[in-house]
Parts: sequence; C-alpha cells; structure tokens
Amino acid sequence: MSTLNIDQKLGVDKFYVDEENAHIVLKQGDIDRKEFQKLMLACPAGLYKLDEKGGIHFDYAGCLECGTCRVLCGKTILEKWEFPVGTLGIEFRWG
Amino acid sequence: MSEERFDAIIVGAGIAGTVAAYLLAKEGLAVMLVERGNYAGSKNMTGGRIYSHSLEKIMPNFAEEAPLERKITREKISMMTEESNVTLDYYSGLLGVQSSDSYSVLRGVFDQWLQAKAEEAGAEIVAGIRIDDLIVRDGKVCGVIAGGEELEANLVILADGVNSLLAQKLGFMSELKPHHVAVGAKEVIELPAQVIEDRFNCRENEGTAWLFAGTPSAGRVGGGFIYTNKNSISLGVVSTLSDLVQGDKSVPQMVEDFKNHPAIAPLIKGGNLIEYSGHLVPEGGLKMIPKIVGNGVLVVGDAAGFCINLGYAVRGMDFAVASAECAAKAVIAAVKAQDYSEGFLKCYQSYLNESFVMKDLNHYQNFPHFLEETPRIFDGYPRMAADMMADLFVMNGQPPQPLMKKMFKHVNKIGILNVAKDAWKGVRSL
Repeated sequence: MSTLNIDQKLGVDKFYVDEENAHIVLKQGDIDRKEFQKLMLACPAGLYKLDEKGGIHFDYAGCLECGTCRVLCGKTILEKWEFPVGTLGIEFRWG
Repeated sequence: MSEERFDAIIVGAGIAGTVAAYLLAKEGLAVMLVERGNYAGSKNMTGGRIYSHSLEKIMPNFAEEAPLERKITREKISMMTEESNVTLDYYSGLLGVQSSDSYSVLRGVFDQWLQAKAEEAGAEIVAGIRIDDLIVRDGKVCGVIAGGEELEANLVILADGVNSLLAQKLGFMSELKPHHVAVGAKEVIELPAQVIEDRFNCRENEGTAWLFAGTPSAGRVGGGFIYTNKNSISLGVVSTLSDLVQGDKSVPQMVEDFKNHPAIAPLIKGGNLIEYSGHLVPEGGLKMIPKIVGNGVLVVGDAAGFCINLGYAVRGMDFAVASAECAAKAVIAAVKAQDYSEGFLKCYQSYLNESFVMKDLNHYQNFPHFLEETPRIFDGYPRMAADMMADLFVMNGQPPQPLMKKMFKHVNKIGILNVAKDAWKGVRSL
C-alpha cells in the first residue's frame, strides 16, 4: 500500500466553504462505530477519521458532495445531509 | 400573470437539464434553467467519455465545435492483480466514425459550452441558486422554492442528478440503495499532449478509454478507469457502495494504489494533479428507475437513474441527452395542449420506450445483478488470467508441461462448472 495524503489532493480543489452553515452534521453522543467505519472506507474525500485515541472526527469543509455518506448512513449516524446552498461548496473546474 | 409565467423551470444544469432547456427554448417556450453551482458543470463529474450519437442528432456536427478532449479510437480492458495486468487492446477506425464516435470529456468545461448553447437558444439561466423544494398544489407541481422565495411555472423538469433530493421529497423515489449506486473518485493529472500521445500510442486528438477489473476496486464490485484528455489523464476508481463497505480498503486508498501500480505509474510519471473529484454513479439499471412522471413534473438524466455500466462500457451522458429530448417533446406537446396532467405527460414515458433509453435499460436489466452476484469477476478471474499468463511467459528452466494441463490447473481453481456458469449467465444478461 502506498502512502496517501488525501488532504494534499483536496488542497488542489477549489472550495467555497460555507463557514456559517454545515451542510452535513453527524449525530451527537455515542456514534455507532460500525456505521462510522463504513464512511471511513467509502467517503472519497476521506473526511471521516479516527485519531490515535479512537476519537471520531468529521469536517464537511472538503466535501465533494457525492452523497455517499447520505446513502450509507443517512438514517443512522447523520443528523443532516443537504447540498450546500447556492454558489458554495466544491467547484469542479475540470470535472 | 399567466403571460409572465414560465412554461418550464428546469432544476440542474447538467447535460440532461441543459439539453432540455436548449430544446424548449429553441421551440420558443419560456424556460428557466436553475443551477446551484456557479456555472453549469461546476458540480458535475464524469469518468469520462461521452458517446456522441444522441447529441449528434440534436446538434449535428457538435464535436467540431464543442470543447471535447480526444476522440476515442482505442478501447482497452484489463484484468489487474497486484503484480500484473492482462489487457485486451482494440484499435479501430470504426470507433471514430461520425454518429458512432465517442470522446473523452471534462464536464466543468463541456457543460459551460452546452450552457452557452441553451442561452443562445433563448433559455434563461440562473446559476448559484439551490432549489430547496417544489411548490405542490392539489397534487400538482406548480413551481420551485429557493431561499423562501417561490417561482411558478406550468411544468418543472427535475434534472438534479443521481442524488435527486427533490424527487425524494415528491415521493417519486425512496433514498438511494447502497447496491444501486457506486462512488467514483478521480484524479485529473496534467501532462503535455505530446507525452500523452507517446505513452498511449495515439495520434493527435485521438485517445484511449481503458477500464480495469481486479485490484483497482480492491477485488470488489467496481473497477478502475483511465481516459486520455487533451492535456491530462482522467484516472480513478468506481466502487459499489454495498460491497465496498464489506472490505477494508478505503476509496481514496484504492485510487492511490491504482495510480502507483507498476503498470500504471510510468504512464502518469511527472504528471501534475490538477483536480481530485468524487461523485455517485447510478448503476442499478432498470430496477432503480423511480417514478418519472407526475402532475406538472418530469424527471430526466441521472435523477431518473438513466445509466448503464456494462463493465466494458459505461454510459450515462448519452442517456441524459436522449431523456431530455423525450421530455422536451412531451413538454412542447403539453404546452400546446395546455394540459400538464400526469395523464398527458405520460407521453414522456412512451417517447422513452420508443427510444434506445428504455430499450437498452430493458435489454440489460439483469446485468447489474449479474455483476453483484458474481464476485469472481473482480478477484478470481483477474487472478486466473494473471496466473495463465505467468505460465505462458515466465521462463525459469522448469520441465515443460502440456499447455492444456497448465491452463486447466488455473481454471480448476475456480472450477470448470463455475466458469461455464458465469460465462453462460454473463452472456445471457447482455
């Protein structure tokens, strides 16, 4: 397996982040780890992460708006999933 | 004021939405196309390649003018294992003949060109507005709602993509199912045109479409892809959600490992990443198609699930164009008859049935299921091909064995009956 720096890749992309309003929100409290693991595998932007202590982290800022997490966990560990409001979010220059 | 009312509001400036806007505006209808991104294409992504036949019908010779990347004259299919890659390589002038030609394409660029065509034809295009909901009155869709403001129209066309939250809100479809969609992740890697032509053995303006089964999707349902663009390579993986979550390799890692495969790395060496993208692909075929006609509303393109992945060819954009054409025909007739009822708009379904859209979806309806229930395609067969090739080509001074015996040794690992069964079922589902 080769080493991967997904943040570096996302750094190439053009984002207009909606600082005031998260378009995806994880549920509060105890998160079902099995469900979270699905998103760690499936999110193409690698936005669902575990730290060394096993703490869960999610940041909507690098979201590619594919909807994978909504399809897999929209009814389990996500509180909210919507598209960013107009003009905001990812902007594909090449696509 | 009925005179000021739009005949149709179209949600989403992808290929389906923009082609519908173009066709309706050309007929003189008052049409508004609303896009949540800053321009058409800004939220859109493809592998990708567009088969030209359906757009060619609507805009003859469009390929001469449109910002397409390269005409695909070489098709490659590979079975990849960690250490090897077995490839079928097909070059033919037949692939480039007008109306059966196809092109690599980058949607951020192409969709803006299409948007300009719709604008020229007279469509009003509003970018940067997300449609939050639809106005529904007495069971009829009467317009759209954005940021609390309402805008009425006789008809609404939903072209809001695979993850059509608006079709879900209308109750036309339930949430997408993990076995009906795949996630695609792609890198666009910049390289000089000359380098691409040398490395991929193609002429100027011509290029390669290349699909991979095996390790790119970690031996699970899905695959890898490479398309040569003018000055870049599109490289990525597609992975079916229901299967990928059973594994242990993440999608970003799949892309990274694919890129670094010894058969791939030299092709992109020295290239510069200019974009990383992700998107869902509707791959359920006929079985995932939602309700697509209602009172005052039609659903087109990916939102309607119009896409086919045959393993050796992936099609979505040509379906988007053709479904938009069918929808436009229905809308033009509805405006003429002043009848926006579901009963009248059902003609959209009839036009689709007559077109290749439904014919193809019907014909290939069992194929997605075949892929899903035949995991050997993604691990066992690539392994078998690799081992057979190794037995043919690796020379190490060992005493010879009869060829048949050598080959059957590998077939027997999967089981001759399994191979026969898979071949039979696979061919039958095509």
